Amino acid sequence: MSKATIVSNSSGSDTGIILRTENITKVFPGTVALDQVNYNIYHGKINVLVGENGAGKSTLMKILAGNEQCTKGRVILEGEEIHIRSPQDAMRYGIGIIYQELDLCPNMSIAENIFLAREVVHHGIIDKRTQQQHTSELIQRLEHKIDPSTLVSDLRIGAQQIVTIAKALAQDTRILVMDEPTSALSTTEVKVLFRVIYELKSHGITIVYISHKLDEVLQIGDCISVLRDGRLVAKEDVKNIDLHWIIEKMIGRKLETLFTRKKHKIGKVLLRAENITLPRVSGGYAVNHVSFELGKGEILGIYGLKGAGRSELLECLVGANPLATGKIWLGDQDIGDKTTLKRIQAGLVLVPEDRQRDGLVLTLSVTHNMILASLEKYLNRFRLYLVKNKEKKAVNTLIKELSIRVADPKNLVVSLSGGNQQKVVVAKGLLTNPKVLMLDEPTRGIDVGAKHEVFEIMENLAAQGYGILFVSSELKEILAMSDRILVMSKGTITSNFTAEEATEAKLINASVAGNGLENKGEQ
Amino acid sequence: MGEDKATKAKRLKRITRTDILEFVMKGRVFFALIIVIAVFTLISPGFLNIANIIIMSKHVAIYAVLGIGMTFVMISGGIDLSVGSIVGLSAMIAGGLIDEGIQLNQFGLIVFPHTWMVIIITLFVGIVMGAINGLVITRFKVAPFIATLGMLYIARGFAGLRNNGYTFSNLIGKSEFGNKGFERLGAGNFLGISYSIWIMVVFAMVAFFVMTRLPFGRQVFAIGGNRRAAKLSGVRTNQIETIVYMISGFCSAMVGLIIASQLVAAHPATGTGFELTTIAAVVLGGTSLSGGRGSIGGTIIGAFVIGVLSDGLVILGFSTFLQNIIKGIVIIVAVVIDQIQISMQERLALQRQELK
Repeated sequence: MSKATIVSNSSGSDTGIILRTENITKVFPGTVALDQVNYNIYHGKINVLVGENGAGKSTLMKILAGNEQCTKGRVILEGEEIHIRSPQDAMRYGIGIIYQELDLCPNMSIAENIFLAREVVHHGIIDKRTQQQHTSELIQRLEHKIDPSTLVSDLRIGAQQIVTIAKALAQDTRILVMDEPTSALSTTEVKVLFRVIYELKSHGITIVYISHKLDEVLQIGDCISVLRDGRLVAKEDVKNIDLHWIIEKMIGRKLETLFTRKKHKIGKVLLRAENITLPRVSGGYAVNHVSFELGKGEILGIYGLKGAGRSELLECLVGANPLATGKIWLGDQDIGDKTTLKRIQAGLVLVPEDRQRDGLVLTLSVTHNMILASLEKYLNRFRLYLVKNKEKKAVNTLIKELSIRVADPKNLVVSLSGGNQQKVVVAKGLLTNPKVLMLDEPTRGIDVGAKHEVFEIMENLAAQGYGILFVSSELKEILAMSDRILVMSKGTITSNFTAEEATEAKLINASVAGNGLENKGEQ
Repeated sequence: MGEDKATKAKRLKRITRTDILEFVMKGRVFFALIIVIAVFTLISPGFLNIANIIIMSKHVAIYAVLGIGMTFVMISGGIDLSVGSIVGLSAMIAGGLIDEGIQLNQFGLIVFPHTWMVIIITLFVGIVMGAINGLVITRFKVAPFIATLGMLYIARGFAGLRNNGYTFSNLIGKSEFGNKGFERLGAGNFLGISYSIWIMVVFAMVAFFVMTRLPFGRQVFAIGGNRRAAKLSGVRTNQIETIVYMISGFCSAMVGLIIASQLVAAHPATGTGFELTTIAAVVLGGTSLSGGRGSIGGTIIGAFVIGVLSDGLVILGFSTFLQNIIKGIVIIVAVVIDQIQISMQERLALQRQELK
């Protein structure tokens, strides 16, 4: 990798491709994440990559960063095939990546993080001063003023993002991949980040920018590539396209068939919550005096940005947070001060957002996961021990009902694909005979087909008289599925729309209400 | 589905081959046991004589009973370092009750409980010690390693304090006090097999049933595999975790009783170092230190390997130093194979997926 080859290639070739992939295929248990992707990254440009959740964007980037190995295919950097077997390899080739979940050690200082595993040593002893000096220079280059000895845990998310960028730059990165860099940032922080990105571009650094926020993409991108279901379906210069083009390419023809919501009657109130409040340890409220009602057979969507308090609200409702206060009625029963177990028995069940962290026990089989919340149902007549046949019957019924694709329920749950894992969590909830089912981001990280099935399941359940509360960050999902939509921002409910009156614009407006305008929750 | 016969046959063949591999890997501790016994018998043909078998099986029973309690703890994702000390404390409690009785000074009375009451009181003390472990861990959020390390010292301290560091000897009781027969627990036998082995068998069967057939067992697995998910599924995590340590305390007290009875004496240093041997047996049996994986059957076989190995090496005249080296190697190799098996299973799962 000498300087000479770089120069000759970038000037000599008119296409200006710095890196391309040839027929990259990646197979995960149960899903083909990438299917023969030929992806081009143009030198010195801001290359935007978009696609729905689970379209394969992150997987593609992980392959380039050396965190995953592709099943088939080649990666070509400046005309030469390279093999990226580890993050260290990627670094050597000048590929740096900034993940959605920032990979910093919060217990260490900025300088220590930036020089992690590449410490500047003098006679075997870390040269703290040089490290800090380099760090200061890097941070200044990114138009920030932060003391390099500050602990990362003391920084705001936006500043942490800058640190990760500095970390990548410190490694002489030529291609910088940013995976959803703005998902946790405030509007002003996004502006700062964009300035930094332009600055990097002017220094000849190639940027790959992955985002869900399409308006951002149009604003910052030079060229765009669209992934759908693991395939690269389109590439174009950003100046030639508009928002409709992106959406059309992302969703494909499945747009009409995906969400069809039948109208149905909404019965009497099933779940009533009053003044649900969850104080934040750092002051203010994560959930700020939230009240709402949910009717029988109703699908109530909760929309909001990350950190708006949606997941926290659901956790309060299910009794997972001891600091939560407020009144909750399920039917006529007051369950506000009951334990999680009692609430589940009363008929309130949560399908958590992060299924691997909160929903599943990965060391157990599909069967054992499914029946975990309803074990007492499978006891023998004298309630002494579990009866295998009862378990099997219940599990098989739900496998059929939710069409979970599993060879044998005795297999470990990790061997299933994301969508099927999600259905296992839903099945676990349904086996408790709930009245109200709460789903937190039920379609996160699952493919389009599985999404469709999850929606079908929700719709069927609502038709059977369950009350369904579901949280989603995806506008079109929430618009298509909900009878009514609550929008949360900064821990409070800012709006309440019926399905008819809700539009994307209204939801977005409501979701940013309170950001900088009013600060009721932050006292 | 739509595949022709040839590919189907190919797939079947392939799966059977990998299945055999999996079977060998899963039964590896058992095969290891057979190999150990075979090697010892080859080196010294008299190795498997009755006297040796009786000695070995008594030792195995002790590690197995402790291991059963430890398996519960480790599957729940914890660890119990206090088992050896609780063994010592329970031995001293039982010895004291038989030799000195319960002294009620304010009434000028000394009560000598019946032998069966001695046993029940001692077991109860074990359960209480375990409960303290569990409560400290769950209520005060102390890491299990630290909480039980503290208990290791505390219980050992109390064991010494009970008789100022002296042994309670000659625990045969007196017929006028109605507390005779304690030594039968260690020396007696049923159908020619010593009681301690029967205790192991009964404990193992009950534990196996609890682990596989009771909601409690499932919940222990769930807590060890994913605490948050278990909690959100309505598992009373604190309660289950506390019970798990109580089981371990109970098993330790049982072992304290067995040893005191076998020796007809209770020494405050009884059971020193047992915690590590027990953990070794459990880990050998395939239970994961990070929780969520393991089995009672594995632990029993692990206890056999450890017991046969330690006694066998003594019988064959290996020096203590060599014994330690060999034991250490066996433990590490077992865990290495365990890790290989996990990654192999993942690879196999992936392969099967790709075939579809």
